[in-house]
Amino acid sequence: MSQDSGRDPIAFVDQRLGAAATTRKALRYVFPDHWSFQLGEIALYSFVVLLATGVYLSLFFESSLSRTVYDGGYAPLAGTEVSRAYASAVRLSFDVPAGLLIRQTHHWAALVFVVAIVMHLMRIFFTGAFRKPRELNWMIGLTMLGLALVEGFAGYSLPDDLLSGMGLAIAQAVAMSIPLIGGDVTYALWGGEFPGSPEFHSRLFITHVLLLPGALAVLIALHLALVVRQRHTQFPGPGRTERNDVGSPMWPGYALRSLSLLAAVCAVLFLLGGLVQINPIWQWGPYEIWEGTNGAQPDWYLGWLIGALRLMPNWEPHVAGYTLVPNPFWGGALFPAGLFGLLYAWPLIEQRLITRDTSRHELLDRPRDNPVRTAAGVAILTLVVLVFGFGSSDRALVTAGFAYSLQLTVTRVAVFVLPPVAFLVALRVCRELRDRDAHPLREWDGGYVRRRPDGGFEVVPEPPRSSAPPPR
Amino acid sequence: MRRLLRAIVALLVGTRAVRGAARGEQPEQTEADPRRREIVSTPRRELVLAVLLLAAAAFAIAFVVLILGGDPVQWEAVTLGGAFACLAAALGYAGLKVVPQETEVEERPQLEGPEAEEQLRRTLAAGGDGVSRRRLLTVAGLTAGGSLAAALAVPAISLGPAVGEAPFRSPWRRGRALVDEHGEPISADDVVEGSHLTAFPADADPRELGSPVALVRVAPDTLRLPPERRDWAPEGLLAYSKICTHAGCAVSLYRYPLSEDTTGEPPALACPCHYSMFAVREGARVIGGPAGRPLPQLPLEIAADRTLRAAGPLSGAVGPAWWGVRRT
Repeated sequence: MSQDSGRDPIAFVDQRLGAAATTRKALRYVFPDHWSFQLGEIALYSFVVLLATGVYLSLFFESSLSRTVYDGGYAPLAGTEVSRAYASAVRLSFDVPAGLLIRQTHHWAALVFVVAIVMHLMRIFFTGAFRKPRELNWMIGLTMLGLALVEGFAGYSLPDDLLSGMGLAIAQAVAMSIPLIGGDVTYALWGGEFPGSPEFHSRLFITHVLLLPGALAVLIALHLALVVRQRHTQFPGPGRTERNDVGSPMWPGYALRSLSLLAAVCAVLFLLGGLVQINPIWQWGPYEIWEGTNGAQPDWYLGWLIGALRLMPNWEPHVAGYTLVPNPFWGGALFPAGLFGLLYAWPLIEQRLITRDTSRHELLDRPRDNPVRTAAGVAILTLVVLVFGFGSSDRALVTAGFAYSLQLTVTRVAVFVLPPVAFLVALRVCRELRDRDAHPLREWDGGYVRRRPDGGFEVVPEPPRSSAPPPR
Repeated sequence: MRRLLRAIVALLVGTRAVRGAARGEQPEQTEADPRRREIVSTPRRELVLAVLLLAAAAFAIAFVVLILGGDPVQWEAVTLGGAFACLAAALGYAGLKVVPQETEVEERPQLEGPEAEEQLRRTLAAGGDGVSRRRLLTVAGLTAGGSLAAALAVPAISLGPAVGEAPFRSPWRRGRALVDEHGEPISADDVVEGSHLTAFPADADPRELGSPVALVRVAPDTLRLPPERRDWAPEGLLAYSKICTHAGCAVSLYRYPLSEDTTGEPPALACPCHYSMFAVREGARVIGGPAGRPLPQLPLEIAADRTLRAAGPLSGAVGPAWWGVRRT
């Protein structure tokens, strides 16, 4: 029994690590089932794709702004003097086998990564999954969202194409606009003015390929460790209580389905990466400070910041000829800081001001179950979507002909009017649904709890249609 | 229709919803104990699974052949994506149709324990047994920690220079010629009404933020410059810094309405990033968008050979503002 033939891997590992009992327990770990619980997994698997494709790219990318003459396979740029970063990014797109596929897949994965995080965030918010005991994990998740935005921005700023340079110039202006400390902190980060500091590109590179991915990896590990420690939330249902988890065990069903999701994420990203062009840097051209373009759009997750910068009136307080608060501060720094601050504080706000409920919650709310929370979430979402939409105002002008000034006026009014309206509508809808307990798209499919003569309780299915509406 | 919708949703979310919806109609919902285990594999299903796996292998091999043959990126995507899609289908099929289908109940671990918390408190407190001068030690410890943190943070000052009052230097001086991006001098006659040129200072770095200027021509009688700039625009030629005072993008659009009477909009330089508008006739006054101050103007003069020269430095600080920067 204890012989060490080396033929039995389970015995081999267990005799050295004593891992058999733990592994068996892990294989029977229960995952509650609901499609919305997969959103976080999609983010995780996008991150896996990002790491794998990113490593491949880093083997070919040259992080240097020193000048060189491009002589690769893209004829229109032949003989142009460009930076080595730009030249190598174009070269890996045209002259490295599968280089373009991997580069575009990397970019698409970054977009999907942030989409999945935002969807996951909304799922957590609207079902109240952030409540005690999960407030810390909510904050870790928000931090990862913030890091993912910066990481994505740093990534598309690396190739030193025109879009990179314009983005970095705006980012520097926003950072400098922070009152009092902005100028000095920005100069420390950028190593001086932009463009011009030779160190900056190396800093950007190490930030993108090591510091932020490392921080994200640590936070992901922490995020998952907390989930395992606290176990999963679940929607209410038969046999589900605050003290248990009902669902599929890890082995074999859940593991196979989750790996299937990983493969599906890979499939979608590689198909996008090869079939749908993204960020054609050879079309934008190399960055020069005197050039600009209004056809190129930044990655989607920056749209709300562009929109906020554009939406702000040209308000720039100054005293005796000296600027106090430069304009980019309002839309580029204060707006996102306020939004993230509100989200970080939400579990506390809800606990102290709205529900006054300090007990633990393992069973999820449906959005209607907490109308004020849902309405607040809808209002915030309305504001962000309006501002985000205005980030595409120039595209709306070019493609649909909506006058820019008209869009500006309408959106400036709408950001004050629509969120409160959305709040009231969502509040009303939630209360109505909760009171009638009807699903907006489905017929009544619940059951009734009935007390039996012997004192126990039982759930009976739907009574005949003619009976009275379900009791409140 | 509902079934079709369900099928689409199921494809999108990993087919779990179908089972949930199907289960919802069974009386099982009324049972208190949701545990169950179902053996579902059939030889036919195992065959389907094997076919899906082999399809994934076929796509993967096709990808290898393509890479070695250097085929276009679209085929790389179809083969590699196809391989992963078949693998996803195979794993999903295995997870839902082949392996035992189980619903299990797991008790949650008890997180908090008041007794354990109390013991922890006592253990922590016991570490200070016999220590009497706690306040002194606390103050001394905090002083040491704070000083060390400061010492370790100080090297950060070498990360970059301190920001001055006007860090964006400008090479523009009186008499400096305006050249194009190839270094050729620009003649006054090169600038026609309705178009705009980018000009750089001769013999200077064009990549400095203070270098590029946008050059336009307007009818001289339409100029409405401040009185002290009366001589800055010979023949209606105007030069403004090309770096937006809002967020530092290149002000690379020039709006020149063909009929001002109908649009009511004067000629203006526009920034494509956040659409700040600068009226060129009025010293680049901001007439729209978020910019907080006008573009600095470069006074011009026309030399005897009709080439353009700067008649002085730029009128103000170039580029975006920050705390305490002088606005003019």
